Amino acid sequence: MSISWPFLWHGVLPQLLAAVPMTLTLTLLSALGSALFGVPLALALGSAARWRRWPAQGYSLLMRGTPMLVQIYLIYYGLGSLIPREWMRHSWASPVLRDAFWYGLTALTLNETAYVAVILKVGLDAVDRGQHEAAQALGLSRMITLTRILLPQALAVVFPMLANEFILLLKSTVLVSTITIFDVLGTANTIRFETLRVDEPLLGAAAVYLVLVGLVTLMGLPIERRLRRYR
Amino acid sequence: MSLWEAPLGGYGMQLLLGLRLTLQVSLCSYTVGLVFGLLGAAAKLSHRRSLRLGAGLYTTLVRALPELLLVLLAFYIGAGLAERLAVFAGLAPQGFSLNPFVVAVVALGFIQGAYITEVLRAAVLAIPRGQHDAARALNLPPLTYLGRIVAPQALTHALGGLGNIWLNATKDASLISVLGIFSDVLKVSSLAAAATKHYVIFYAVAGAAFLIITLISMALLEWLRRRLMPLHVT
Repeated sequence: MSISWPFLWHGVLPQLLAAVPMTLTLTLLSALGSALFGVPLALALGSAARWRRWPAQGYSLLMRGTPMLVQIYLIYYGLGSLIPREWMRHSWASPVLRDAFWYGLTALTLNETAYVAVILKVGLDAVDRGQHEAAQALGLSRMITLTRILLPQALAVVFPMLANEFILLLKSTVLVSTITIFDVLGTANTIRFETLRVDEPLLGAAAVYLVLVGLVTLMGLPIERRLRRYR
Repeated sequence: MSLWEAPLGGYGMQLLLGLRLTLQVSLCSYTVGLVFGLLGAAAKLSHRRSLRLGAGLYTTLVRALPELLLVLLAFYIGAGLAERLAVFAGLAPQGFSLNPFVVAVVALGFIQGAYITEVLRAAVLAIPRGQHDAARALNLPPLTYLGRIVAPQALTHALGGLGNIWLNATKDASLISVLGIFSDVLKVSSLAAAATKHYVIFYAVAGAAFLIITLISMALLEWLRRRLMPLHVT
């Protein structure tokens, strides 16, 4: 191993840092999407009705029981091959359908939703039964009960798990580098192929991810402290 | 050629061989992971500060880095370093190169070891302090204490966590397909999909293969959990 520090500092790191917004965008958008879709899925997972619970359980098993890489390929190559080429070329949706970014984001979101839902279900199960009954006795609507009573308490319980899941999500975004998305690892791989040097791009990428994960961990701590008052 | 003339367009046998490789990588890497995990947990629980610091660095670094990046680091940097070190130490002849299977297994095992370290450490710490004092009072030899008192109790605490890591290990085995030198089940599926243009079918087959591994593992883990239940003293 021979590291050229000037190359790492002036040639590699600026390019990797320029790719950080892509990694963060993928992470944040799929986190938002999975939070949005994760709530109804968590409710379905805890539902007493079988026709709601079984599909939800099937979905979460499918997403959590297969590697994310397979899901990414299935969506990128599989979905891409199902869309008729002729239609795709002339359609208004063509810029979206041609860009690997949207396939990567879809795969990340679909996968993450299953994990978030299971965590949220743990939180919702932890909320005292009496809270449901009190909300009902007060005549609160189901929506208000969910958003103002159940979710805040559930979130306070599972926030550490969600913060941990966010870090896992940040780390799993690297998998979309395999479908020509230029996130930090994708950019490092491009530098690797173009310059035929491996040490600087890979170690540079490792440093960037280390800093990102460190920052996310530090940012989670004050939120965790704030949420504790809901417990 | 129709896809159904031969099983999966003639790729059936290759897919089965790929599945075998995936299972071999999963099992071997998990075994290596258990070794790293045992050493890591022992180091984290040790009285020596340097060992605790080293193990802390190991688990923090490995768990902060993406698995795919760690696999790439192992193949493109780690393996070369290990080879040169082996030659330098006189353990291997000049021009020695590591078997890629070994590199993959050690790399994935190294990753799982970091997670296993945390699970085992927590499992040992969950054993009540009184057990230690009682063993001291009975003057049990240290090895008997570890083997008959600590290990069985820690195992019941750790089983859930170890099971989850095993499930992850089977999925992480798919990462080696990115390297292009292994014909694991995902790589064979990719090649078959690209050659036949039946992308959905072949990637669905790959997904189904992993799902079957997951389902069988879950059933086995549940059986194991029931078997070990009587050991659970609370």
